[in-house]
Amino acid sequence: MGFFRQVLVIAAKDLRAELRTKEAINASLAFALVILLLFSFAFDPTEDTTREISGGLLWIVFAFAGALVLNRSFARELPNDCLDALIAAPISGAALFLGKAVANFLLVLAVELVSLPVFGIFYNVRWTSQFGELMLVLALGTWALTVIGTIFSALTVNIRLREVMLPMLTYPILVPALLGAMQLTTGLVAGKPIGPDTMAWLKMLIGFDVVYTAVSLVLVESVLVG
Amino acid sequence: MREKILYVLGIVALLILAWNINAIARLPEETQQGVTFKIIFFHVPMWAAAMTAACAALLASVGFLVTKNFRFDAAAVAVTEVGLAFTTVGLVTGSIWGREIWGIWWTWDARLTSALVCWLLYAGYLMLRKAIEEPTQRATFAAVFSIFAFIDVPIVVFSIKWWRTQHPQPVFWAGGSFPPDWTTHFLWNMVAMLLFGIVMVAVRLRQEEAQREIDSLRRTAHAQ
Repeated sequence: MGFFRQVLVIAAKDLRAELRTKEAINASLAFALVILLLFSFAFDPTEDTTREISGGLLWIVFAFAGALVLNRSFARELPNDCLDALIAAPISGAALFLGKAVANFLLVLAVELVSLPVFGIFYNVRWTSQFGELMLVLALGTWALTVIGTIFSALTVNIRLREVMLPMLTYPILVPALLGAMQLTTGLVAGKPIGPDTMAWLKMLIGFDVVYTAVSLVLVESVLVG
Repeated sequence: MREKILYVLGIVALLILAWNINAIARLPEETQQGVTFKIIFFHVPMWAAAMTAACAALLASVGFLVTKNFRFDAAAVAVTEVGLAFTTVGLVTGSIWGREIWGIWWTWDARLTSALVCWLLYAGYLMLRKAIEEPTQRATFAAVFSIFAFIDVPIVVFSIKWWRTQHPQPVFWAGGSFPPDWTTHFLWNMVAMLLFGIVMVAVRLRQEEAQREIDSLRRTAHAQ
C-alpha cells in the first residue's frame, strides 16, 4: 500500500467513525452556534462596525469549535487500546498523522461551512461576493488549525487536563495563522478581493501551512513512538 | 568543587551588577527621557539573555530527540525556566518604561505582542511538562513542543510587524548614538546578566540531576 493510499484509509476510517457517532461534529456545531449567539450580546450585531471585525469573530468561533473536533481525534482511539494498534500497524507515523489531519480538516471545514451562512443571516452580512477567495482562505486557515491541532492532539492524548492543554498549547502557536486568516477574511467578507496590500498575509498563511506540515511530519514519529 | 565554582561565579555576577548599578546611577540623565532612559541598561540585557536561553532550549531539545540523553532534557528545562524569568522581567521593565514615556502600560505593538506570545509559548512548555508523569514521554513531548515554539517565534515576529511598530528602534545598530562610557556600562550589565543566567541554569541543572537520581533510587527500592 502506497503512502497516499494509507493516508486515505486512515482518513476514511476516522470520517466513518465520526459520521456514525457524530459526537464531535455535533458538539462542535452546537458550540459554534452558541458562541455566535454570545457575540451578539457583546456588541450590536446589525451595525456596520460588526463587518469590520467579522474576520476576527469568525476565526475565534472556528478556533474554539475546531478544538472540540481536534480533542476527539486521538482521544477517540483510547478505548480498547486502538491507538496502540494503530501505532503497531504497518504504516508510518507520518501516514497516520496525515490521515487524521485530513479527516479533521474535512470535519472542521464542514462546521465552518455551516457556521458561515448562519453568521451571514444573524449578523446581516453578505459574505458571498468573494466566494472563491474566501474558500481559499478558509481552506488554508483550517489546514493550519488542523495540522497544529492534530499533532498536539497526539501530544496531549495521554496527559492530565487534556481538554485544557490542547487549546492552551495550540492557540499561541497559531497566532500568525489566525492573524493572517482574520485579516484576509475581514476584507473578503466586506467584498474586497485580495489585493497587493493583503497578499502578504496570504503568502504568510501558505508559508505557515508548509512549514508546520513539514515539521509535524518529521516529528510525529517521536510523538507517537517516543 | 562544582558548587564552589558556581557560588563564586554567582557572587562575581552580583558584584559586577552592584558596582555597575552604582556607576549607572552616577551617569548624567538623558536629555529627552531623563532618568527613565536608564532602564535600557537592564531591559536590553534581559532580552539578550532571554533570546540566548531560547536558542539554547532549541539546541537542547533537538539534542534530546537525537540522542535520547536525559542531560539534554535537564538542560532544556533549566534554560527555559531561566529564560522565562528573564522574559517576565523584560516585559515588566518594558511596561514600566512604557508607562513613563508613552503614558500607557501596554500597547499592541509588534515587539510587545510577539514578546507576549513567546512568553505564553514557553509558559505552555513548562505547563506541558507538569502535566506528564512519565519521564521519557515528558522529555520527548516537551522537546517536540519546544521546537514548534522556536520555529513559531520568527513567523510571529514577521506577521505582527505588518502593524506599524511603536517600540523604539534599537539604539546600537540602527544609527542611534550612545556615548562610549555608557556603552561600557551597558556591556558590563550584559556580562553580569548573562553570567547570572548561566549560574541559575547550572543550579537548576543540579536540581534536575538530583531529582533524576532520587527517582531512580526510588525505583530500585521499589523493585527490591
